[in-house]
Amino acid sequence: MTMGRQLLLEHLHVPGIQSLEVYRQKGGYASVEKALKTMAPDAVMEEVKKSGLRGRGGAGFPTGMKWSFLDRKSEKPRYLVCNADESEPGTFKDRYLMEKLPHLLIEGMITSSFALGAKTSYIYIRGEYFYVHKILEKAIDEAYAAGLLGKNILGTDYSLDLYMHIGAGAYICGEETALLESLEGKRGNPRIKPPFPAISGLYASPTVVNNVETIAAVVPIINMGGEEYAKIGIGRSTGTKLISAGGHINKPGVFEIEMGLPVEEFIYSEQYCGGIWKGRKLKACVPGGSSVPILPAELILKTAKGEPRLMSYESLSDGGFVSGSMLGSGGFIVYDETSCIVRNLWNFSRFYHHESCGQCSPCREGTGWMEKVLHRLENGHGKMSDIDLLVDIAKKIEGNTICPLGDAAAWPVASSIRHFREEFEYHVKYPNKVKDPKHFHHEPFVSAAKTEAVV
Amino acid sequence: MAVTKHIKFSEEALAQAHKIIKRYPEGKHKSALLPLLHLAQAEFEGWLSPETMDYVASILNIQPIEVYEVASFYSMYNLKPVGKCLLEVCRTSPCWLRGAEDLVDYLEKKLNIKVGETTADGMFTLKTVECLGSCGTAPMLQCGETFHEDLTFEKTDELIVKLRAENKRSRYC
Repeated sequence: MTMGRQLLLEHLHVPGIQSLEVYRQKGGYASVEKALKTMAPDAVMEEVKKSGLRGRGGAGFPTGMKWSFLDRKSEKPRYLVCNADESEPGTFKDRYLMEKLPHLLIEGMITSSFALGAKTSYIYIRGEYFYVHKILEKAIDEAYAAGLLGKNILGTDYSLDLYMHIGAGAYICGEETALLESLEGKRGNPRIKPPFPAISGLYASPTVVNNVETIAAVVPIINMGGEEYAKIGIGRSTGTKLISAGGHINKPGVFEIEMGLPVEEFIYSEQYCGGIWKGRKLKACVPGGSSVPILPAELILKTAKGEPRLMSYESLSDGGFVSGSMLGSGGFIVYDETSCIVRNLWNFSRFYHHESCGQCSPCREGTGWMEKVLHRLENGHGKMSDIDLLVDIAKKIEGNTICPLGDAAAWPVASSIRHFREEFEYHVKYPNKVKDPKHFHHEPFVSAAKTEAVV
Repeated sequence: MAVTKHIKFSEEALAQAHKIIKRYPEGKHKSALLPLLHLAQAEFEGWLSPETMDYVASILNIQPIEVYEVASFYSMYNLKPVGKCLLEVCRTSPCWLRGAEDLVDYLEKKLNIKVGETTADGMFTLKTVECLGSCGTAPMLQCGETFHEDLTFEKTDELIVKLRAENKRSRYC
């Protein structure tokens, strides 16, 4: 068993890699040299298209295609905005990348801005990451001093100004149009689309918004060529992906995996999560950040067809929302047998209620109702009818809001009840047993079907 | 209510504010609002009074309501006074799985306050927040710009002693 190729984190442990000097010694900024001196902007975009790179923030939309939508006929300036608002529960890969390898992001920003013809670009970072903001500002200053930013980069005709912009605590600003509103100094209310940012984005100008990891991945793509990059991975899931793993595992952290790694290997191998902590059993997993469907152990390890589940866009979504989930942001949350699915869902619903911007009533009101119903279920005051009530509310939010936060709030509810309905019923049947917040710590929940099977 | 002091940035903060405003194109200076509110909060005891917000509006030449509506939207802006050290404990699921609820209970008992309250000496305010992107090092809390991670009760005790001894106001920037 060998660790997969490390296209992004290769130099992670090199002392001083945060500095421009060491980063350049390790081959840093080669993609800028190559793109600006030997390639036309469209040729850079073509390589990204060939690479098959898909948005690493969660949606998985093909990056090259997103770039091709940018309105190049407009007289207005074009902008590249990096989405560093990482806030999806379970996700901490962008923070890791920016903190450890700040110049990788800046290099990706220069090469990508060149491809898009942007003369000014911004990195929008969430407010809570202020210390990372400082690290990036320092790296940007170094890049200016070395002639990698500013006028006539490396003596070429291309000039670029790159600035940091800090948020102030709002999950919704990870949605690209809310992010642009916030960057314009307003509340983070998502915009109605169309027009899409590619036509009318920042200051009503053509804009591309890409996730941190997506922009960083442009660096190896230009260095090795899109076709070579596309050979890594599996099917339409090309390249590598940063997975941030947390919850009940022995080795939480950020891992760069080659797409196609079996989920079982990822969870149990010493190179990655190192298995379930405290010698306990795997109960469930949310593989792509809190918004994606939760899966019970048997469905995260194998698809409904009995094939091994792989870390890829296609395999994780195999079975749709009936028996599958999504790769999402790569926020991989693992639950052991002591976890209460109802309490977890109440926690998530509280999160979405807190983070709803309030524009659309199904989301603003619905997330609050779900939180309240889940609170009473979890604390032993629920009714049997509450379970279907939750399903009903979730259905009425999904698809009825301006932005995907409504869907993100609905999916965990639908999937938790689909796969763990018996556990919700247990909370209604045995109110006294669930009064202790740690009710499944002493005696893990066992479904009746499983008890019978053992007998 | 105390008599309103004349609100004004220090020279250093004002220079910083003008540097931030220059990041945005001509006529788009309102973009500087979020970073300027952070700066104002750091300058004026960790919270944004109506007078402070009016002052920021005057720097950016925008209406005060444009500042209020933004300040009330984002969770990092405090619209009421806070203790010298704002302890923000992440409570979202990945942290909960690794003991965030116990950490909040422990801090409530130790500081003898409930979430949302400030200690009688004005030293600590306890707040719970949503996912801080520190799920792999949970449980954790943020105080100013610093993340305190992989917390145990012992490490929490040490942190409280340290913060008391330093007696400095926590700030993000």
